[in-house]
Amino acid sequence: MTVSSTQPALLRGGDNYLTHARGVLSWLLTLDHKRIAVMYFVGILSAFGLGGIFAILIRTELLTPGPTLVSNPDTYKAFYNQLFTLHGAVMVFMVIIPGIPAVFGNFVLPIMLGAKDVAFPKLNLLSLYLWLFGGIFFVVTLFTGGLDTGWTFYTPYSTTTSTAVVPATFGAFILGFSSILTAVNFIASIHMLRPKGMTWFKMPLFLWGLYATAIIQILATPVLAITLLLLIAERTLHVGIFDPGLGGDPVLYQHFFWFYSHPAVYIMILPAMGVISEIISVFSRKHIFGYKFIAASSIAIALLGFLVWGHHMFVSGQSALATTVFSLLTFSVSIPSGIKVFNWLATMYGGAIQLKTPMLYAIGFIVLFGIGGLTGLFLGSLATDVHLHDTYFIVAHFHYVMMGSSLFAFLGAIHYWWPKVTGRMYNELWGQVCSIILLIGFNITFFPQFVAGAQGMPRRYADYPVKYEIYHQISSIGSYLMAVAFVLIGIYLLRSLLAGRPAPANPWGGNSLEWHCSSPPPHDNFAVQPLAGDPYNFDHLDYDASIGGYVQARPEEGVQDEDE
Amino acid sequence: MSDTDITTTPAGDGDHTHAPHLAHHFDTPKQQYESGKLGMWTFLATEILMFGGLFCAYSVYRANHPEIFLYAHTYLNKILGGTNTVILICSSLTMAWAVRTTQLNKPRVTALLLCLTLLGGAGFMSIKYVEYKEKWEHGLLPGKLYHHDDTGEHPGVATEAPLAQSTGVVEPAPAEAKAQPAETAAATGAQEATGVANGQAAAPQAAGSMAELSLIKPAAVGPEGVADYVLERVPPLVPVEHMEVPKNVWLFFSVYFLMTGLHGLHVLVGMGLITWILVRTLKGHFGSGYFAPVDLVGLYWHLVDLIWIFLFPLLYLIK
Repeated sequence: MTVSSTQPALLRGGDNYLTHARGVLSWLLTLDHKRIAVMYFVGILSAFGLGGIFAILIRTELLTPGPTLVSNPDTYKAFYNQLFTLHGAVMVFMVIIPGIPAVFGNFVLPIMLGAKDVAFPKLNLLSLYLWLFGGIFFVVTLFTGGLDTGWTFYTPYSTTTSTAVVPATFGAFILGFSSILTAVNFIASIHMLRPKGMTWFKMPLFLWGLYATAIIQILATPVLAITLLLLIAERTLHVGIFDPGLGGDPVLYQHFFWFYSHPAVYIMILPAMGVISEIISVFSRKHIFGYKFIAASSIAIALLGFLVWGHHMFVSGQSALATTVFSLLTFSVSIPSGIKVFNWLATMYGGAIQLKTPMLYAIGFIVLFGIGGLTGLFLGSLATDVHLHDTYFIVAHFHYVMMGSSLFAFLGAIHYWWPKVTGRMYNELWGQVCSIILLIGFNITFFPQFVAGAQGMPRRYADYPVKYEIYHQISSIGSYLMAVAFVLIGIYLLRSLLAGRPAPANPWGGNSLEWHCSSPPPHDNFAVQPLAGDPYNFDHLDYDASIGGYVQARPEEGVQDEDE
Repeated sequence: MSDTDITTTPAGDGDHTHAPHLAHHFDTPKQQYESGKLGMWTFLATEILMFGGLFCAYSVYRANHPEIFLYAHTYLNKILGGTNTVILICSSLTMAWAVRTTQLNKPRVTALLLCLTLLGGAGFMSIKYVEYKEKWEHGLLPGKLYHHDDTGEHPGVATEAPLAQSTGVVEPAPAEAKAQPAETAAATGAQEATGVANGQAAAPQAAGSMAELSLIKPAAVGPEGVADYVLERVPPLVPVEHMEVPKNVWLFFSVYFLMTGLHGLHVLVGMGLITWILVRTLKGHFGSGYFAPVDLVGLYWHLVDLIWIFLFPLLYLIK
């Protein structure tokens, strides 16, 4: 890393983080959070493509009862087990959990703080390589017998199956390490690097989301790490901790696993909620409503998320008292979630809403999160859960929350920060069209699964009675529609890199600090740490048609004008 | 830390020459130092939670199968474990002292103290090696690897003779023990997976109480839950008077090896880190203005020490 330039950013026209240094090594050994974020982005999109292929294969296998994709009636079930396991494991551990924090957290967090980098740039690079290393283990799994345990690695099956459980769990262990290092970095950065004028309750809400996420990553991921190590020890040394044949308790595995993996659900959703808070306010041209409640509800979700893991085990042999308490606590999580949704709606109310692509994804998020959240109530209730447990109802529910919410927010974030990251504008019309296709395709795919599940279609089955065929076929058609939308998104985004209009510094009129530096940002982000104003005050910004973006038209209230 | 000169002057604008160890994205050495410290504490929290999983597993098995722990822990050598505890505590002292001497600009004393700390770590690992080797030779191993010949004298009888007398347990004569293998093998027939030769006979009254104790079933037993099951059916336990090998006794050694193994791994990592700061100390990198790495490695070392302080009584000293 070279020593920072003495010139202010504005005078160094042309120099940005993409052109600052050249050569492959300048990327592979970079400590620049922006380049690390871009590399994460490429890696996570590759993993997403892999997981997406598995998803399409799953839906194709389910087009008809009996063998479809693989015609051999003896092997298609084993093949299907591998498909859904790898789809789940790749999507959860490699895409959704790291997705928003590792890519957009890394890119935006230091800039939002007006800082030059995260607190520990070397750890940041290490976490990228750990992610890659963990990912390699998953790929190894693919070629060494696959994996058929389901992404949860439940014992005792995971200790007896002949598939590659050890490489997969070791991969997940390393990915967890990567996740922990990112979280340490974010916590230290948010505590130590905030600029003058940015008190805790003046931070952009995305930072609150990332902070709450980091707390969960710190407190939950190590428990997953030890659980997976115990599982590896169980398989290799037969220590007997989870093996009932040796006196162990397989349900203990479920407790350990969900003590991490339920909070991990909030690792997936909290940064997504942070993104939505940013987008909703900017594209409604209105100050976020109920700032403190949104901020505090992130922390509340993070903490309550640790107390509800037992709701995954209502039918696993928990005592009646434990299930009742866990059910009650599960409902309590809906309070902070509801607070967020109502605050977003109140922000939009009376705003000058601009239905740009990021906003369409944000509105899609609210709709899908609403459906996903409300169907969660059926699963949190003890009586209905016994009926719905392990059916397609729950498959639909968690896809609404994990894909419909987290992934829509990820796409919203991609479109919202794309001009900042790449310095190019994508085609707005195609963006809007694709987001609508995706929303429709998503509902076609997953809504019928609620119905099929309520009628008793169990999850993780390659074969099914003919009466469920119609639901599966509608669902598969929807998944193809989504695949088309994803391909289109890929095409117009790639095209924007080559032929897109150069992006202005502030295309959407946001006021958090990343919109105060050029697009793409210079290597050091800011020569001098800027003063932070209210991130949701847009009064001083006017649209300038000649540059296609917003410019400061009058002094920002409460902040000294420091432009030279 | 009052007489250390971490400066609080801001680095200011471009023309300022940075302090030699100040990274470009921090304004002041103080900010950098405090960030490092916060990051380290956060990381230590993850370490505690990682061990927390094992402590949780320990608690669950201790609560559900107390007889295993009461029986098997007597195979651990309290003298060696106690010595290791003392060694680690002393090494924590030398580590903390090394941080202080770094702050006071005394690199040669620091180097000496770091060497002593390393020596402590090495001593700990050596004693651990002796302990592991002994367990290995006697087949006192986790899970399926367990192949201890239980016909020998139970160490609890020798080391806890007063207790054995006070509870009225009569030590069976070895010849008598060998005479009854078929009978006890039948009694513990459920242990088919392991091939353990359970030839140890018990005094009649002890065997009676063990019949009660062995009612504790290991795994999930139906939708009403393990916890309820255990609470309802297991009578309050009376500690160690049995000499018979409890069912699934290897679970203790699974827990023992996992906990001490993971801890030993942390000791090794700590020794690596101490070597690293020792080299840097000898190169003169540290002083009153910059001692963060020594401080942070010290924190890590204290955590490793602290975890052992919990492991020692939980594994070696239970009654």
